[in-house]
Amino acid sequence: MAEIRVERVTKLFKQTRAVDDVSLTIDDGEFMVLLGPSGCGKTTLLRSIAGLEQIEGGRIVIGARDVTELPPRKRNIAMVFQSYAVFPHMTVFENIAFGLRMRHAGKADIDRQVREAAELLHIESLLERFPAETSGGQRQRIAVARALAMQPQVLLMDEPLSNLDALLRLEARAELKRLLGEIGSTTIYVTHDQVEAMSMGDRVAVMRAGKLVQVGDPLTIYDGPVDRFVGGFIGNPPMNFLAATVERRDGGSVAMLAGAGEVRLALDGSETQPSGAVLLGIRAENIEVTDDGDGLRGRVLVVEPLGSHNLVTIQLGAEQLKATTRPDQRLERDQKVRVHIDPTRIRWLDAELEVALGAEDAAGPGAGRGPVTLEQRDTQAPTAEG
Amino acid sequence: MTTAREPVPMPRPRAGRERIVGRGLIYLGATLLALFILLPIYLITVSAFTPRENAFDFPHSLIPTAVSTDTILFFINASGVIDSFWRSVIVALITLALSLLIGAPAGYAIARYAFRGRSGYRLVVLSTRAFPIVILAIPLAVTYRLWGIDDTVIGVAFMHTALALPFTVLITSSVFVSVPRELEEAAQTLGCTPLQAFLRVSLPLALPGLAAAAIFTWVLSWNDVFAAVILTLRNPTLPAKILAALTQSPIYFQFAAGFVMLIPSVVVIFVIRRYLLGLWGRVVK
Repeated sequence: MAEIRVERVTKLFKQTRAVDDVSLTIDDGEFMVLLGPSGCGKTTLLRSIAGLEQIEGGRIVIGARDVTELPPRKRNIAMVFQSYAVFPHMTVFENIAFGLRMRHAGKADIDRQVREAAELLHIESLLERFPAETSGGQRQRIAVARALAMQPQVLLMDEPLSNLDALLRLEARAELKRLLGEIGSTTIYVTHDQVEAMSMGDRVAVMRAGKLVQVGDPLTIYDGPVDRFVGGFIGNPPMNFLAATVERRDGGSVAMLAGAGEVRLALDGSETQPSGAVLLGIRAENIEVTDDGDGLRGRVLVVEPLGSHNLVTIQLGAEQLKATTRPDQRLERDQKVRVHIDPTRIRWLDAELEVALGAEDAAGPGAGRGPVTLEQRDTQAPTAEG
Repeated sequence: MTTAREPVPMPRPRAGRERIVGRGLIYLGATLLALFILLPIYLITVSAFTPRENAFDFPHSLIPTAVSTDTILFFINASGVIDSFWRSVIVALITLALSLLIGAPAGYAIARYAFRGRSGYRLVVLSTRAFPIVILAIPLAVTYRLWGIDDTVIGVAFMHTALALPFTVLITSSVFVSVPRELEEAAQTLGCTPLQAFLRVSLPLALPGLAAAAIFTWVLSWNDVFAAVILTLRNPTLPAKILAALTQSPIYFQFAAGFVMLIPSVVVIFVIRRYLLGLWGRVVK
């Protein structure tokens, strides 16, 4: 077990900055998820930590050792690949034993550790088979068992569930979380699936275009995205962003939405006050839709019944908004409705920069998010929690 | 409101007769193909073991009526044949070893590393075969004399290696391309140096392809007459010896020679075939 420190790492592919001056600290035993759209550099960052990519700048420290110049085999890591990379010419046993054999472990030790790893993943019965004789889900387990058998300081996982079908993925997700929780190893987990990131990570590091955008625990990021990109990427449906103008009136503040009406704000005065042209960010579940009353004026465009709730798309002035409603609330297409935005759950963004105003409101200290500026260095403060 | 369920057209099960005809055609094709290869081999073998006086029988019986080892023994015991035979075997084995030792790493480099001029290199490799060997013959013979490797086994092997290399390089490179790079990377995270990862993972996985390249190389070297004739004089390889000694010989000796030429290739191909089909976990043991 060990802490991982990524210090100002830069990785270039020709002229492209695949990883651009990224700093990140993963605590001992922490489950850190690297999340971002494809091509954002998350896998490259993981491979750099594994030693499979040479970095052009910065340092990588695992435990107390600077491993920047070390080859993968000397970093005391184990990696699970997206394709699993299970060796097809070896039995499952030999696959799991591979790393131990490279270490010249004794025969009895190898046998014991392979069986232990196989038991953890419930693949004892497959040990004599060849990978071609196993299913995709089993191969994924073999790959994890092979990594765990090494008893590495650090476990690196590159989208290990993305090749599984949806049902199996759901199952494997929960089991992997349980397993890694039991083992307590320091884990870096790469995914583009925000649900996976939310549900598994102790903390989530969101990346875009080679840069680290926001680091924090899943709920903090969900409620307090640092910019429009994060708010739109995390959560399903994405956070709504509406153009608004905030004015002071009658001793309070009012946000006016063109063509829809206004929202009276409950500002407690402790943080940055929104004023002028801003973006109003609000999650679908923090919106209430009623038939009448004094809310914003809207018109129902689409109702999507999802069983546990309905997803309603509403035309609000010139903009569209997604809200969730109870499944028994009857709403029809083209129906005129009133929309109530919970003023305490609003995330205010600068209208031009599309970056959150203020910083310490929802996130709190230690969420890895300093004052919000476009300076990436400030948004990645590698503060440890606990 | 429910829509009336439309009848889904079921895929018509293929009639038994149709299937039998289809299978029959496949077997017919396979049989013809096998005959195409096997018939000459069979005829050569039969003729090689036919007594001399029956060699010119017409119509020739397809079933050996009288078996005799006279011709074949006479041929084998003729002066220089056994020596040539072993020379050919050694040349082919050296060629095999050299072309794999040089060709496989070159193929691996083309497959794995994006170096400057890679596509150009790939083209140049192949273009060496665009040179007619006839044009190269005289300068080659002169150079070999200068180097003192004319009329030697190793000299011929060098020539054959040069001829085989372009194909070995291209075949092995496409083989290594098909071995996922992640497998090597996984091996490296599990404690391998890059070389160990190659030896323990990529090489065994590439074995079927390497076997194909090996068969190709063997056949090329074993069958080559031209280079062998130019480069050897007193120490000919078997094809060179046969060409020199038997063009004027009676046809039954030619059959005997053909048979002797055949056997090692068949043996070698059968040995290498094991690796050609060695797909792990898919072979029924």
